[in-house]
Amino acid sequence: MRHIPRTPLAVATALAAATLLAACGSGFDDDDDAAGDDAATGGTDGGASLTVMIGSSGEAETVAVQDATAQWAEETGNEVEVIPAQDLVQQLQQGLAGGNPPDVFYVSPDRFRMLAEGGSLYPYGDQIEDADDIYQSLRDAFTYEDELYCAPKDGGVHALVIDTEAWAAAGLTEADYPQDWDGLATAAQALTADGRVGLAFTGDYNPVGSFLLAGGGFFVNDDQTEVTADTPENLASLQYIKDNMDAGTFAFAPNIDAAWGGEALGSGKSAMTIEGAWIVGALQNDFPERQWTAVPMPAGPGGPASTAFTNCWGIAADSENQAAAVDLVNSLVSPEQQQTFAEAFGPIPSRASLAGWNAETFPEKAAFAEGMDTARSQVAVPGFESVLADFNTQLEGMAAGTVTPEQALQALQTNGEALLSQE
Amino acid sequence: MTATVTREASAGRIRPVRRRVTSGHLRQERRAGWLFVAPAVIVLVVFLFAPILMAAWVSLLDWNGQSSPFSGDADFVGLSNYQSLLTEAGLLRNDFMLSVRNTIYYVLFNVTGVVVVSFALAMAVNSYVLRGRSFFRTIFYFPAITSSVAISVLFLFLFQGSGVVNVVLSWVGVDGPSWFTDPRGVLHIVLGWFGVSDAPGALADTTVGGLSLWNWLSGPSVAMCALITLTIWASSGTFMLFFLVGLQDIPVELEEATAIDGAGGWQRFRHLTLPLMRRSIVLVITLALISSWQVFDQVFILSQGSPAKTTLTPAYVSYVRSFGDGQFGVGAAVAFVLFAIIIVLTLVQRWVGRERRT
Repeated sequence: MRHIPRTPLAVATALAAATLLAACGSGFDDDDDAAGDDAATGGTDGGASLTVMIGSSGEAETVAVQDATAQWAEETGNEVEVIPAQDLVQQLQQGLAGGNPPDVFYVSPDRFRMLAEGGSLYPYGDQIEDADDIYQSLRDAFTYEDELYCAPKDGGVHALVIDTEAWAAAGLTEADYPQDWDGLATAAQALTADGRVGLAFTGDYNPVGSFLLAGGGFFVNDDQTEVTADTPENLASLQYIKDNMDAGTFAFAPNIDAAWGGEALGSGKSAMTIEGAWIVGALQNDFPERQWTAVPMPAGPGGPASTAFTNCWGIAADSENQAAAVDLVNSLVSPEQQQTFAEAFGPIPSRASLAGWNAETFPEKAAFAEGMDTARSQVAVPGFESVLADFNTQLEGMAAGTVTPEQALQALQTNGEALLSQE
Repeated sequence: MTATVTREASAGRIRPVRRRVTSGHLRQERRAGWLFVAPAVIVLVVFLFAPILMAAWVSLLDWNGQSSPFSGDADFVGLSNYQSLLTEAGLLRNDFMLSVRNTIYYVLFNVTGVVVVSFALAMAVNSYVLRGRSFFRTIFYFPAITSSVAISVLFLFLFQGSGVVNVVLSWVGVDGPSWFTDPRGVLHIVLGWFGVSDAPGALADTTVGGLSLWNWLSGPSVAMCALITLTIWASSGTFMLFFLVGLQDIPVELEEATAIDGAGGWQRFRHLTLPLMRRSIVLVITLALISSWQVFDQVFILSQGSPAKTTLTPAYVSYVRSFGDGQFGVGAAVAFVLFAIIIVLTLVQRWVGRERRT
């Protein structure tokens, strides 16, 4: 047997281990603080290579984004790679933790503040072309400490979706479309039949949040600095839902064996539901024979209100090509490109100047864009996801009769306050 | 195993006599040994021990997952993540205790079920009476090679309110629950049949970890039962193989001898097969125990913790806290507490299942 000297072996082993460790940990030592430094990195004169990570709804969206970015790349002499993420939240987080995030990516309002606070987003609000044209509520969703961070790529609000056949069969006309909560309760009662409830919606905090808004309350105050769950307005709103559920005219979708509001309406288990514009594609694909229409949410005691849903094009603070990325995003949120996207896979444009075009081209989606200026976006406080998930559990209990509306709101108040006090 | 023991013993015997002569040779051998195990050791260190140490460090930080945890950007908070998890009343501790309760029932029923089912399957495909044994062995192993995602989606359809399971139940006049949305605990349901629908005072007032004893004693929820069924079905094929190997190691002579001595089928099983299968049973219980505590993918796909958090598990809490709320320190702390629970239970189980010489 050949004699192997001891020291070189040990050194070789250590080296191999160290190399492997270093390879795995690459990027862990990147410490450049691009956040807070407003000067964009890189130039716009071509030669940049950008990665764009999207949480795609499907093939249509992926292809549309690929086409749009490829066109921009050709015009400007840059390169763009589009990565449709399987799990955007997790893949983005991995990139951020490793100091190697994609240059451009989708950001949802409920995760926006976490990323902005963590210094992961490059604030380019002042470089968005014609930013004032974008709906105020959508810009608010991506504003942190009075600074607009990213450009909303689309928008939409909750609307009341109605099964028109059931509506006509119940002897109701278009004039009867509910304008307020009394009208909604009456219509739901008229539409409730054997094996069908009048109104069913996903039993989570989003549609219930829209009711709270119409009732003049919400989970948090305008600045999202205080929890305002346990108020008389919210109690009245929850009580309204609860009373109608007890009467058998309202239901949460899971309780009538439907995964979400769209399935409840599509399968005929309910005659009305509350959803956003995403229901349009789902109904077309899964329940093409269902005849439906969408009307704005009925006004509550606090006036007409709804929740706004949107995503923005975030640019990484660690990106080396921020200037090019801003240029790309500006081309993606331009009115022409938003029209192309709307035709390709159905998002509602985020620009107010396109409201008329949207209502004309897609009359079935008009209600999902109405009242966008006064709508409110989801709670953005980091960590609120678990608090609202607990509220979902309380709502389940309310539907089952084991939790009173008071208790549900008190639990939300306690948990939310505990979270905000940690901030 | 035996070979190593003999070698060590003989080396020990001659070492005092021939130490000087062999020491150089021995050292060389040891070195060569290290060289040969080096790849495995390096892989273990890099992909197992180093990440564990990193996670341990993260569990002591208030880290949002957006920078390097080793750059000093994240605040060092000591044991406060563990405190809010285990001692401070609040949403986090409540969620965690619920997840521990759910998993205790999950482990209890899943491990029992999987041992019984896979043992029965192994006995069946090992018996000489059965025709086409290799065919059945393959069939029973099928679920193990199917992706757990596909199985979960399949079960979602089977256990729908109007799904196959309930249709079959309705043939025998049973009105099945809507499985994955039913949060009622099974023990509570059974107690309800005997008129105990509310918590007796003592059980409602005594709390452990912020959860009343009445809640601890709920039993698995209806939704959790569907989940347990899924896991038993999916994993019994693998464990059947473990048992099959054990059964085939039992010498035929012994069985014949017992038969000649006049032992019946049950007696043979109780006094011959079971004692000889002790090792296999302990092994299967250990493996099933560990994998049950780590259950994640079925929960992630099927229920996300609902209904009423009765399918929440520690691994899922860790995931949601980390990626949902951006509290990676808390998520890592949950993982370490889970790690400790598994270690302790495995040690206890090994101690209980140890071989006693009489």
